[in-house]
Amino acid sequence: MTDERSEGQGTTPNGDYPLYANGDDTLAAASGRPLRDLSLQKTLSEDISSEDYSISAETLRAQAEIARDAGYPQLAQNLERASELTAVPNETLLEMYEMLRPGRCSFEEYQALAERLRDEFSAAATAAFVEEAAAVYQERGLLRRELE
Amino acid sequence: MTTTAAADRSVNGNAGSRRFSILAGRDINRETYVEEWAEAGLTVADSPYDPQPSLRIVDGEVVEMDGKDRADFDALDRFIADHAIDLAVAEEAMATPSHQMARMLVDINVPQPTIRRLADGCTPAKLCEIVRHMNVLEMMMGLGKMRVRKTPANQAHVTNWRENPALLAADAAEAALRGFAEIETTVRVARAAPLNALAILVGSQTSRGGVLTQCAVEEAFGLRLGIKGLTSYAETLSVYGSERSFVDGDDTPWSKAFLASAYASRGIKIRFTSGTGSEALMGYAERCSMLYLEARCLLITKGAGSQGVQNGSISCIALPEALPGGVRGVLAENLLASMLGLECASGNDALASHSALRKTAKLMLQMIPGTDFICSGYSAIPKQDNMFGGGNFDAEDFDDWTVIQRDMQVNGGIRPVREEEAVAARRQAAQALQAIYAELDFPPIGDEEVEAAALAHSSEDMPERDMVADLAAADRFLEGTANLSDVVRALHRSGFEQAAANLLEMGRQRVAGDYLQPSAIFADGFNVISAINDNNDYTGPGTGYRLEGETWDALQRIPQQKSPRDFIDAQVGEPLPNLAEISTAKVGASANEIVVAVGPAYGTSLVKTIGELDHEEVLEALLTGVAEEEFYGRVVRVYHSADCAAIGHAGARLSGSGIAVGLQSRGTTVIQKRGLAPLNNLELFPQSPSLTLEIYQAIGRNAARYAKGLSPLPVGVKVDNGARLRLIVKTALLHRREIEDIEEKAPQELYFRWEPDV
Repeated sequence: MTDERSEGQGTTPNGDYPLYANGDDTLAAASGRPLRDLSLQKTLSEDISSEDYSISAETLRAQAEIARDAGYPQLAQNLERASELTAVPNETLLEMYEMLRPGRCSFEEYQALAERLRDEFSAAATAAFVEEAAAVYQERGLLRRELE
Repeated sequence: MTTTAAADRSVNGNAGSRRFSILAGRDINRETYVEEWAEAGLTVADSPYDPQPSLRIVDGEVVEMDGKDRADFDALDRFIADHAIDLAVAEEAMATPSHQMARMLVDINVPQPTIRRLADGCTPAKLCEIVRHMNVLEMMMGLGKMRVRKTPANQAHVTNWRENPALLAADAAEAALRGFAEIETTVRVARAAPLNALAILVGSQTSRGGVLTQCAVEEAFGLRLGIKGLTSYAETLSVYGSERSFVDGDDTPWSKAFLASAYASRGIKIRFTSGTGSEALMGYAERCSMLYLEARCLLITKGAGSQGVQNGSISCIALPEALPGGVRGVLAENLLASMLGLECASGNDALASHSALRKTAKLMLQMIPGTDFICSGYSAIPKQDNMFGGGNFDAEDFDDWTVIQRDMQVNGGIRPVREEEAVAARRQAAQALQAIYAELDFPPIGDEEVEAAALAHSSEDMPERDMVADLAAADRFLEGTANLSDVVRALHRSGFEQAAANLLEMGRQRVAGDYLQPSAIFADGFNVISAINDNNDYTGPGTGYRLEGETWDALQRIPQQKSPRDFIDAQVGEPLPNLAEISTAKVGASANEIVVAVGPAYGTSLVKTIGELDHEEVLEALLTGVAEEEFYGRVVRVYHSADCAAIGHAGARLSGSGIAVGLQSRGTTVIQKRGLAPLNNLELFPQSPSLTLEIYQAIGRNAARYAKGLSPLPVGVKVDNGARLRLIVKTALLHRREIEDIEEKAPQELYFRWEPDV
């Protein structure tokens, strides 16, 4: 059971965390709707889209910062890539994942994907990540094999 | 040898050992045990082919790792070298002797961050070398310190064979009530996923706000469910320790890392899945030990930026358990995950053994140190409904679990609940889902179905549903525009205001993203706790997580627990009217008398034995036995002691024949002879619950026979092995009551108004 909050905070407490408690007035969803406007009252009376329930790029960057400060740099990088991917539509996101699975694409297709991530979604970190993958896939035979 | 062989042998009447035949039939011998075979990957922690630790860094790039040049790196080596290892501390870490790091793990004076810093600079082979120095006790010490979140927790599995939504909601509600921080469901039929995910989401939030939920399905499908708001976490992002296994799993470290980011971009918590044995099972262990391959998995997990992992062999658990040191190896991989700062859901999920003893022994390795999630899925349902393939612990083990927690003062993440609370939570969850189904125009859930779900144990207790219609509704729901807010509105309109508020709160928390941090869960009241604000600061006794205060109160208060104060009500009653005290007892002059010496409370404060025989009838039986031998009985009360031997001893000193029967109020009896040491005796009857009036009569008879100088056959009492176990509390309390009547005065002669029927 977890119904208690342990005594004593962490050795590297972050004053901003949790953002929910400390940033309630400034937090906003991916749609831009302020968190304070995501109330039961509004849910009952207004149209709420799934974007209103989605995390924003800015909040993900703030969480990345908290993770980095606490000594979790890889998690921070993941959350930074995530912040870039908030701009990518759902179906496109699923397509991109599918493309990165082994044997799916040619080297050129990965380059095009990286370019699209940069140009269309300003996703520089993710684009670099895709390029890195493409280089390894090429060396390790994980690109699409045309003969198959 | 197999059970059948053993049985055949005993049937054939060959000269086989009966004991070995019985052992062969035990649960433990239904399992498979094999010798190590490194070439097939069938070795747990130490293969002769495992690489030796090494690391060379040139110009900020790893050029050699674990004896392999960068040019020879496979995709996994590349990912680990470039993403997982902290090059700033790597040289220091690799230069620190492994046995020294093993000692640091056990040393309470070395805090978690010191070890984590060095672990971040270790290669896979180095990590293995460290834990190979450790025995399980040392690993448990290490795990208790390295666990990421200070507060341990647990995760539940909730599924059912019929994919019945009302039952899913009810079981999720009960699991939430029992304190599980996460609930995972899956499907028998993949298309059922959206409605199964909805059922456990609504069920859990109806019961306790803040439970995280997931639905284990194919990777991309799982992401779709999360995007729709039906799940708040995902953990079936499997990684493997060899390149070919990874590719057969249809992923690469980069695709898995992308998937992790994709989930996070929608505010969904993830953890990866790995675990010993999977590579051997998939045929590509590359002659390495399971532990070495797991160390690679864990570094890929960390490098990809997953906040955590479920490991501990998971669904492959039976494979390491077939090998020597398998359970130790599984603990080692949990420890490695924690050392690397990964939230660890530590296995104890899939069926690992037929033997209850073996299952429990293994569990202790994680339960006692505590992990972020003791089980990466405690089956909160019966086995036949577990669509993960059967749980190692399931709904039928709830009470065993809560009692073990209470025994050890350990928080295993499950709180005891009362039947009426559980049924109420289950009913409300099923009603809430019924309302949503009606509002969203899904196939209706009937009132009788709600009631069946409230009281059910398994899906066999549920009425049939039209599964084809349910699946069609699931397809429509997934493709349609209905989202979380429609569910919130439906709940609110139907009067489930708290559930609506909780569901909305899950959405609001998703916007904040605090539960994306390492090892995050919600404590009661949607208070997020994670490595950031609840990090494990264990540095020895008195530090770290302690089960105390309100949580300890709640965990010890199991419904089976009774007040001991009214435990002996059955033995208390009106004092015997026909038993009167006359005067101080004197030594008898007649060689034909047997003294029956009773305890201070006999027939007064206490009037029945522990076996609920009336004190009056017990005295009658004893005196009848004495009379049958043409002796007569004197009754005296011993005041100075409640001890059976002392009562008998005092009686014998007063007896004209030198023989006495000593009788405690709870019924324990001795035949004593003057001159014997108090703790020696002629016959002792310690099994008071098994004594009958016939036996008391026989005791009286034997006492008289001893007085005649005969050597009678001792009175036979059937041994009841369970009596002490059942009655020990009562025994203690009856004795305590008798002691309360002790007085510093000489034994008193009693008048017992009764005539023997002989």
